[in-house]
Amino acid sequence: MEQVDMNTAEATTPPPVCRAGEGAMSIRKVGKIYDPEGVHVVALKDCSLEIAAGEFVAIVGPSGCGKSTLLNTIAGFDGLTSGEILLDGEPLATVDKDPSPGPDRVVVFQHGALFPWKTVLQNVTYGPVVQGVMSEEAANERAQEMLSRVGLNDIETAYPGQLSSGMQRRVEIIRALINNPKVLLLDEPFRAMDTVTKSASHQYLLELYDATGKTIFFITHDLEEAIFLADKVLVMTTRPGYIKKTLQVNLPRPRQYSMLASEEFLAMKAQLVEAVHEEAVKAFEAGEREMA
Amino acid sequence: MARAATMNGASFAYKMRKFVASKHFTRGAMAVIGFFVLWQAGSMGLMPFMHAIPTPVTVAEAFWEFMCTGKYWQSWMDSTLRVTYGFVAAQLLGIPLGLGMGWNRNFKDFTYPLFELMRPIPPLAWVPVSILFWPTNESSIAFITFIGAFFTIVVNVLGGVSAIPRQLVDAAVSFGASPRQVFWRIVLPATIPSIVTGMMVGIGITWNVVIAAEMIAGNTGLGRLTWEAYLAGHTPGIIVGMISIGVAGYVSSMAVKMIGDWLMPWKKVF
Repeated sequence: MEQVDMNTAEATTPPPVCRAGEGAMSIRKVGKIYDPEGVHVVALKDCSLEIAAGEFVAIVGPSGCGKSTLLNTIAGFDGLTSGEILLDGEPLATVDKDPSPGPDRVVVFQHGALFPWKTVLQNVTYGPVVQGVMSEEAANERAQEMLSRVGLNDIETAYPGQLSSGMQRRVEIIRALINNPKVLLLDEPFRAMDTVTKSASHQYLLELYDATGKTIFFITHDLEEAIFLADKVLVMTTRPGYIKKTLQVNLPRPRQYSMLASEEFLAMKAQLVEAVHEEAVKAFEAGEREMA
Repeated sequence: MARAATMNGASFAYKMRKFVASKHFTRGAMAVIGFFVLWQAGSMGLMPFMHAIPTPVTVAEAFWEFMCTGKYWQSWMDSTLRVTYGFVAAQLLGIPLGLGMGWNRNFKDFTYPLFELMRPIPPLAWVPVSILFWPTNESSIAFITFIGAFFTIVVNVLGGVSAIPRQLVDAAVSFGASPRQVFWRIVLPATIPSIVTGMMVGIGITWNVVIAAEMIAGNTGLGRLTWEAYLAGHTPGIIVGMISIGVAGYVSSMAVKMIGDWLMPWKKVF
């Protein structure tokens, strides 16, 4: 359907499989100042973190702390005002380099961004087809295979509006993964889900992570979710945002639900609760000052 | 595609049969019949102020007489053509204008103020200028009809483009879509629901406008028919005209709704 220029040889070759070892990110002293109507808002300041290739990193912090701003700068939707971001050693964003989004770092958005007018299959194949890296038939075949891996058979011709929120999220994650990105950026994807749907979604995400080994950058408010899914949980400060605490999660994979009740898990959760609570109080007080 | 086919591909005849058998249809039919019963009772002296209104039976007789004349059907034809010209022209010019204003800031800077200056001018205020400007009566009435639908469609499309969730565009860009592809594949389909709403509102306005324009400037059409019945003191004829206009508007709204449902298989018009 898309107008795509490509030779047939390319059309039949599947995209190169992202090798293990790709997707390492280095975020160095990143700063972002917004200046709407002359009021300086320092969203990020000297924010540094290292993400190894294939690592699952969760980032937690109070609302409005700049988590999404950081994600947007990585995704290329927003520019930096200082610092730099490297992907596999190559500069991705610097102060001088205009950000450009690309299929090597795809985002699953907070409020969902499936195209309502496209069927599930058309949504999933959008990336490869619009980039011209796969023919429509090849993309359809690949999409069906990936959808069935997360238990989504027989919904290819449904529209997103006909699916439950849990199914929509799974479709969206598959739509991102079919691009074979180096990094998957997830912005609170399971927010506002009921507990059952959420834990099912965790299961699917963990299975996909174990199967693909992609680097995952995961924003959330839910501390349990962060520990349960990630290799490393980062606590971000309230504005100006930087990384205040790094928690290594040494739980073995595949993760089991029984781990949620383990002493180790609860001890980690306690640490995070304390760190985040401190920031939440600061954010609340700062908010009160702003209002006054 | 199997599921979509069974959902959207059912035959029109089948859908109509199903609709006629449904409680929705029964309710609507009961309301229409109830209205005529009340009207009959009212004009038989059971309600105040109704003595000058002919009974439905008298109107039905007049209806039959009208329907036996060629002039009546010619009036339908003339009004329908004027509505069609004006409505189609309003879509053809209004949709691109609204999309352009919503998508390109520079274009909006140039066009929006002028647009907002002209929008409050009622279609009927355009009648004198329109008669002076356009060479034929037909074209001037079609133009006034066009004015009626044009502003509505533009405002709806502009609102639709402005309301496109940012993450849809962001997602498309990060999947590698070029600005052109974003416009044709994201902005345009995302605006279709607003276009359809604009069309639904617009078709009603075009009928309002065409009737008024015919009364002022026309020699033919359903509006003129109604007006002539009034001038002749033929009260049942006035009501025949009014009912005909109502039916014409209803039928065109249904047609527009079908176009809307066809344009957006992922959601119902309403």
